Amino acid sequence: MNNDFIGQLIDIVGKNHVLHTPEDLAVYSYDGTFAEGTPDVVVLPENTDQVSQVVKLAAEARVPIVPRGMGSGMAAGSIPMMEGGMVISLTHMNHILEIDTQNATVSTEAGVITADLQAAVEKIGLFYPPDPSSIRHSTIGGNIACNAGGPRCLKYGVTGDYVLGLTVVLADGRILKTGGKPIKDVTGYDLNGLFTGSEGTLGLVTEALLRLAAKPRYAKTVLAEFDSLDDASRTVNAILSAGIVPASLELMDQTAILCIEEAMQLGLNTDVEASLIIETDGADEQTVTSEIEACANICRESGAQSVKLAQNEADRASLWKARRSISPSLARKAPNKLGEDITVPRSAIPEVIQRLRAISAKYGLPIVIFGHAGDGNLHPNILFDKRQPDQWQMVEQMVAEIFETSLAVGGTLSGEHGVGMLKRPYMEKALGSISIDVQRHIKQALDPLNILNPGKIFTN
Amino acid sequence: MDILTGLEKPSESDYLNCIRCGLCLSVCPTYREHLSETASPRGRVALARKGLEGELELSPNLIEQMYGCFACMACDDACPVGIQPAELTLAMRYVQEQRQPAGWKKTLFEGLIPHPGRMELATLPLRLYEKLGIRRIVYALRLTRILPKQIRDMEAMLPRLPQRPLRRVLPQTTESRGEEKQRVGFFLGCAQSLLFADESAATVRVLSRNGCTVVTPKEVECCGMPAHGYGRLDLVRKQAQHNISVFEKSDVEVVVTDCATCGSTLKEYGEYLKDDPEWAERAEAFSQKVRDISEFLMEIPLEKPKGRVETRVTYHDPCHLRRAQHVSEQPRDLLKMIDGLEFVELPESDWCCGSAGSQLITHYETSTQVLDRKMDNLESTQAQVIASGCPGCQMQLNTGIQRRGLDVRVVHPITLLDEAYEASDE
Repeated sequence: MNNDFIGQLIDIVGKNHVLHTPEDLAVYSYDGTFAEGTPDVVVLPENTDQVSQVVKLAAEARVPIVPRGMGSGMAAGSIPMMEGGMVISLTHMNHILEIDTQNATVSTEAGVITADLQAAVEKIGLFYPPDPSSIRHSTIGGNIACNAGGPRCLKYGVTGDYVLGLTVVLADGRILKTGGKPIKDVTGYDLNGLFTGSEGTLGLVTEALLRLAAKPRYAKTVLAEFDSLDDASRTVNAILSAGIVPASLELMDQTAILCIEEAMQLGLNTDVEASLIIETDGADEQTVTSEIEACANICRESGAQSVKLAQNEADRASLWKARRSISPSLARKAPNKLGEDITVPRSAIPEVIQRLRAISAKYGLPIVIFGHAGDGNLHPNILFDKRQPDQWQMVEQMVAEIFETSLAVGGTLSGEHGVGMLKRPYMEKALGSISIDVQRHIKQALDPLNILNPGKIFTN
Repeated sequence: MDILTGLEKPSESDYLNCIRCGLCLSVCPTYREHLSETASPRGRVALARKGLEGELELSPNLIEQMYGCFACMACDDACPVGIQPAELTLAMRYVQEQRQPAGWKKTLFEGLIPHPGRMELATLPLRLYEKLGIRRIVYALRLTRILPKQIRDMEAMLPRLPQRPLRRVLPQTTESRGEEKQRVGFFLGCAQSLLFADESAATVRVLSRNGCTVVTPKEVECCGMPAHGYGRLDLVRKQAQHNISVFEKSDVEVVVTDCATCGSTLKEYGEYLKDDPEWAERAEAFSQKVRDISEFLMEIPLEKPKGRVETRVTYHDPCHLRRAQHVSEQPRDLLKMIDGLEFVELPESDWCCGSAGSQLITHYETSTQVLDRKMDNLESTQAQVIASGCPGCQMQLNTGIQRRGLDVRVVHPITLLDEAYEASDE
């Protein structure tokens, strides 16, 4: 990276906000996956205007731009490809701009940590439901870029369902504002929908206007333990078919339970093959209670060997902390893991779980299964050691088979992680050539120079 | 040829399984201020790994990132994989000292700090500053205003200084008041003796009142934490051996300390010396005997103070007490025993105060930013007193309170218990 360019960046954002020592570049070379790609420079702008100027400069110099939040992504979407480029980290844009209680909206900069945003609105009785497991170490901007989900999405919907408006810096540096406070808006194309989930390939989301809900006053959570994973997976459908919409319906298999128990010592029963965590919530205590009791009964009828209701808020909080810790705690078992994110029609869950177990048996590498079973979103995680070349080869084949399994039952590649660098090879198979062609044209229209997160989602 | 061959360095298992989930970023005080990956536990683990595996040079900047860690251990606790990023940064500092030992560290951590007599001499100007009334004049004339900001903040760290170091004052053996129920050793730390003498005097009074004969060996050296923080684990081991020998001679079942940092280090002696056949067992036996004062008092039948202390008190968890020693309930329970005292929880009570030993000196900007967060939380409690059993934390809190012009007294929990006893005696 030439010194002139760096000097110009410093002119825009200041010396302390341009990083380019080998150490700085090394730590911006990874995200929440095993992939690495080293940038040539890292910029930490403080406002939309600075982002716009930096993007203009990059466009003139044809420098690839990789937007990044806290780097907890699961698809290698926020790290540079081989050719390097500039990482724009939005973590310094971490201010909540306005909470509008009358309209129940919050206006925020992209770098606000999602859990911080939630805490801020909950203080005044409002509620921002999307709750990715990385809630404490991911940003609103990153959540929007990947259209993040989480356990509560079963009842409340995903990040995109809460986006009312965006401030987006386009590939030429122009600043686009989309949407607004009205809940309904069909004036023109749905640009909120276009940029949400676009993984920084169409523009850089720097600010967002988000819709809020009323904070549910009551929540009840049960942990149901099953001797058979198949029984547990069948229970998911039994509950949903009974006319109950729990806030969350999570499944975890034995290895997942073992890993969190090892990490957190919660006293979970590690002899069972699977557990479900089910939560109901709402404004009326009686309804919440009767719904959770109904769920508990269905679990018992479906073969649960134990069904425990969280007795207090601390119990409940520790169950969810455990659930959020599954993914990272798997690393206790192996140096590397590849977490997939397939989503299938929920009726297909039992079948898919059986097939995933068969894939694991075929290759002899463990696949841990957990996820948001209620909305069909499963996280099969392959545990391996990347230093063993034969294992890595197997992993690639296993991933291909996992995706085939999902597509075969009418499912998708990703429910909430995004495509990033890792799922690109399977895109055409998942979407078909016409869809790919349409999407490439959209990319071409918005980023003709291909400088915005190039090489992500689609191969160049 | 691997330049690290033959050095004592972190093993692969200390970093290999970091899957870079990023969970540690959310609990890291330095990350939360800098908001850059370089100042995060995950970043430090990545740099350590790349440095050890030869992908990056162990450059001055890489080593500096290891010193950027405040070693509050919040990341160690948070990591679901069991990686201990804070420990890893300390181990990397030791790697660097083995490769290129810094001369000044030898002078400071080998020539000065382990020698109580020299330390007492070196800190004489501070005591004179207080004793001769210079400090009073400085404050009366508000001369601190003309000092550079950082010097002013460092001056504000100092508590009211004792006339003489406590080591010089305290008898080797303090008899129990009433019937002797137990003989306990007391490890009088350097900061306690030199700066917070009143607190340790109170500690000994409280122990004696509760049936303990207190043995305070004068030959103890610094616990070793300062040397550990600066990468001289070799010196820590020497100091450990010295201190273990001293207490072996004093025939006590328990070694009490009222300094969170000393306690956390003494409890690690077994770990530091585990590969030394001559010392492993002795060190482990010693470490097993060590108790923080609040931990010990809650283990014995403690006299309920009859006197009252009418004030609103909050409590800050020293990292070296809560995380390193898992002692968090006992100091609170101790405070709650006191009648009249209104206890209020400090939000984020276990968030680092930014002291981390000497970060106010070496990493002033970050240290004061972390401190500001603590002060915001302190102000929200409207407490008149903040208790914390760590000299480092107390000094940092003093600085924060002066910077904000607050009227909050900083104490060791033992001080309030002692005051409650004294009040009942009057």
